Amino acid sequence: MEAIYALAIGVLTASGVWLVLRPRTFQVIMGLSLLSYAVNLFIFGMGRLMIGGAPIIETVAQADPALYDDPVPQALVLTAIVIGFAMTALFLVVLLASRGLTGNDHVDGDPEA
Amino acid sequence: MSLIWIVILPFIGSLCAAFLPSHARNVAAWLAGTVAVACVVLTVRLYPPIAEGEVIREAVHWIPQLGLDFTFRLDGFAWLFAMLVTVMGALVVLYARYYMAAQDPVPRFFSFFLAFMGAMLGVVLSGNLIQLAVFWELTSLTSFMLIAYWYHRPDARHGARMALTVTAAGGLCLLAGVLMLGWVVGSYDLDHVLASGDLIRAHSWYVPMLILIGLGALTKSAQFPFHFWLPHAMAAPTPVSVYLHSATMVKAGVFLLVRLWPVLAGTDEWFWMIGTAGLLSLVLGAYAAVFQQDMKGVLAYSTISHLGLITLLLGLNSPLALIAAIFHIMNHATFKASLFMAAGMVDHETGTRDLSRLSGLRRAMPITATLAAVGAASMAGVPLFNGFLSKEMFFAETVFVSGHPLTRIGLPVMAVVWGILSVAYSLRFILQVFFGPPAEDLPKKPHEPPRWMLFPSALLVTACLVVGMFPAKTVGSYLNMAARSVLGENTPLHSLAVWHGFNLPLMMSLAAMVGGILLYRALGEYQQGTTVVPLIEHFDSKRIFEFMLEKLDRLAMRLLRWFSTEHLQVQMLLLIIAVFASALIPLSRGGLPEGDKTPLPVEPAFAMLWLIGAVCAIAAAAQAKYHRLAALTLSGVAGLATCMTFIWFSAPDLALTQFIVEVVTLVLLLLGLRWLPPRDKSLDHETMPLPVRMRAEGRRSRDLVIAVCAGIGITGLSYAILTRSAGEGISPFFIENSLPLAGGSNVINVILVDFRGFDTMGEITVLGIVALTVFALLRRFRPAAEAMTVPVKQQEQDAQSGALPPDPHALLPAGPMMVPAVFVQLLLPASGMVAIYFLLRGHNEPGGGFVAGLIVTTAVILQYLVGGTAWAESRTRIFPQYWLAGGLLCAAGAGMSAWLAGRPFLSALAWHGTLPIIGEMHLSTVLLFDLGVFFLVIGAAVLILVALAHQSRRAHRKQEVAEVETPVEVPGSPAGQGASGHGYPPVEAERQGLPHVLPLKERED
Repeated sequence: MEAIYALAIGVLTASGVWLVLRPRTFQVIMGLSLLSYAVNLFIFGMGRLMIGGAPIIETVAQADPALYDDPVPQALVLTAIVIGFAMTALFLVVLLASRGLTGNDHVDGDPEA
Repeated sequence: MSLIWIVILPFIGSLCAAFLPSHARNVAAWLAGTVAVACVVLTVRLYPPIAEGEVIREAVHWIPQLGLDFTFRLDGFAWLFAMLVTVMGALVVLYARYYMAAQDPVPRFFSFFLAFMGAMLGVVLSGNLIQLAVFWELTSLTSFMLIAYWYHRPDARHGARMALTVTAAGGLCLLAGVLMLGWVVGSYDLDHVLASGDLIRAHSWYVPMLILIGLGALTKSAQFPFHFWLPHAMAAPTPVSVYLHSATMVKAGVFLLVRLWPVLAGTDEWFWMIGTAGLLSLVLGAYAAVFQQDMKGVLAYSTISHLGLITLLLGLNSPLALIAAIFHIMNHATFKASLFMAAGMVDHETGTRDLSRLSGLRRAMPITATLAAVGAASMAGVPLFNGFLSKEMFFAETVFVSGHPLTRIGLPVMAVVWGILSVAYSLRFILQVFFGPPAEDLPKKPHEPPRWMLFPSALLVTACLVVGMFPAKTVGSYLNMAARSVLGENTPLHSLAVWHGFNLPLMMSLAAMVGGILLYRALGEYQQGTTVVPLIEHFDSKRIFEFMLEKLDRLAMRLLRWFSTEHLQVQMLLLIIAVFASALIPLSRGGLPEGDKTPLPVEPAFAMLWLIGAVCAIAAAAQAKYHRLAALTLSGVAGLATCMTFIWFSAPDLALTQFIVEVVTLVLLLLGLRWLPPRDKSLDHETMPLPVRMRAEGRRSRDLVIAVCAGIGITGLSYAILTRSAGEGISPFFIENSLPLAGGSNVINVILVDFRGFDTMGEITVLGIVALTVFALLRRFRPAAEAMTVPVKQQEQDAQSGALPPDPHALLPAGPMMVPAVFVQLLLPASGMVAIYFLLRGHNEPGGGFVAGLIVTTAVILQYLVGGTAWAESRTRIFPQYWLAGGLLCAAGAGMSAWLAGRPFLSALAWHGTLPIIGEMHLSTVLLFDLGVFFLVIGAAVLILVALAHQSRRAHRKQEVAEVETPVEVPGSPAGQGASGHGYPPVEAERQGLPHVLPLKERED
């Protein structure tokens, strides 16, 4: 499972990096969104993979940390998802503004560059 | 505490003056005058203890961790200087009240003036070297503001910039020198530094410290070769020249040299560095002053020369010379200030300061003429005026200097040459302006200035005379006190007397007097109408300065061109390569050994999931260029795979949030797609010339290699981490304490809203800011011309469905969307219910404020999608900005409620009890906080989406307006293309805001 998980991160990263290096604004925005999937999975993976250990405490007695998945990366990723949404929105609007100003959708505003 | 008040009071006054209306010149003058007089009174009241040799110290904590305090220290010398600053300040305020014109923004002048006074007093009273350097730079800054007071004049701006560049750069040198000094001594406290003279002089850093501190002092006091800024600073209003550039600020340099004289002086290096700079300024300044045509120019070069005299005296390494230097600081301030005031009055009453135009003013302005004559006599060193006394002391010092024959003979000769030049320019200054036939072609008819404008000058001139005649009785004790505070027990005996008998210095004075008169007569006609200074005309420090500045500019530009780029692609490339390389470095040290954790058994379903996910991700990458909708869908599938992975590995909260964010992001990007340009066939690779195509292919191959490398790298890294056991972290704490301490069983939610609530507070603030930024950017959005028509698909659809324009007031939208619209409307209250359910259960089950907020957002945006923007906007009243503000206030209020219980910000307060009917209840401020998050997420997300959705309406309307405005379209020019060529339409009416959904008022500009 770990290998598949790692490969998934790798494929998402490679696609994201390829797109981020492209000259069109829409490609870059797609690239950032693929990269953010990869990064979120990567951060989440820092807590190691565990099946059936959602950090929702069922017992009233003292909870045993070994039985639950690491909650800290999860909390970080939750924040990252929301901030990622905000970033995508902002970037989209900047993209639209740049498109209106330069008349094209090149990241540097110059299709020949 | 009065010491601190002396420094703070001017700053308070400065702030008050800054807020006065610009025509309140009398109020501002009264304010400044009151502050200055109060400072004088405060300083005078401190005299008795100072006179007995006490040193007053006061301290306020500043950065105790670094051992830095605000320390103020007053000894005899500082007292004398503080008196100079405050008394001069009071006199100049009076003068400036009459000098400044009614149309000038006078409160601004007094605001900067008082700020300068505070800064200067800070320099004088600092008991800490760092603090001194800070106030020092503050004087440079306020001086810049005051020189550039008439900023509409290019010479004022230019002079101000030059003064700031030179003096602030010197200030930075001073700071470096002071830091070294503090390092050597082990303390920045002035008392400690002054007690460590031997240590400093013997230290190997002595010469660098001396050079750095010397640079600071010499630039500030306009000494050669940094003197050129002072004449250009004369573009300032004359009161500024009086106060800053003759009496106080330029004296800060020599003040510092006196202050540090006990620890830095006494060596050959000091003698050569300080002495040479002083001597050159002394002679060259006086020489240049002889040839100036501007009254203030004469005085500026004369100031350089007199400051050179003080510097030279300090450089002579003799205690008696130090006393002469302190004495001359005071004398120069009195006579030079009165002369500047006279120059200002002449300028004020005649409209010109040009020596070649002015003549015979003594008939029209007899009082001014008398005052100026006395001042000039003092400047020339005529007996019975105070300038004579310090000049005699200087001559005596040059005579008694020992050492190399060159200095033994050269110094007295130079002193006499200086004396001759001083007499010549002083004579010219007076004779040219006030004597001779009355000038005919003056811009204004001259008359005597107002009485109160004459008063400060008269007071100073009286001081020149009284001190000049009875030096011992008037200033003897003060001078002695100041010298004693610098020299301590080593203070030599000295006597201030007008008559010392027929000795060599007196002979030198007489020679200078006679020589000066002869020189004035000899130069005669030559000086008329020429500004060229013979012999040294080609040596112009100002030109060198500007040349060097330009070189520096060019160098900086070249470096920028070499080391930076504006191209995003290049930046991204470098960034990714840098990240990759930095990850490789630790790996190259021995590689990665096998992990110790047994991997989970492979499940085919998971492998299948990611097979699909990976294919979709790669396909999205391939399609994003030309097939945007397809790419968006494909990347959405990859997002869903991510979502499933979160569920698979025990993260239901993440999956929930990711899923809803995925939906909202998809809608967001779909809304944006409409504004992107269509495929440009001319840029297609197939149609391009071969070299361009080759280059493009090269770039693509390179990026492909980089992308694959990045993918392999991150795969390896992830695998390595995942197959190792986790280290000891802080996670067990959260799991163990979530229920007992915070009363919530969903650990993720407890972390977000309770344990790490402050992080979430920051996060929602960012979200709110982003939403407002998006709104602000879209408010001025100008879509590209070709994107303004209704999209082809929509036109086709409209044609099929009967082409009825959407009616915003219909009960349901017409056409095929009528039935979905009914469902969607029913969905709205249901979604609200679901959202509240998720919000409330968030503390114990997957859910929470973020998810709940996004659920409501989805329901709202569905109304737009199904009903159309016009229809939805005519019946929704959401006011996202109130949700935003309410959410932030709610979250912050929940945090602050902890203060009521005397606990830190964001501590949770809980109440557990039983209510009638409802039963057992658990209420906590954490719920209030989560409610804030909920509100804010609704506000932010709806604001972003609605602002974007609304653009489609704006474009349609714009199209209509454009058609009305320009019925005949010029072929080849895109519709609506504005005059600026940037797609800005010229029609003002198009600057519409959003309708009542977003009733933020558009600025009418």
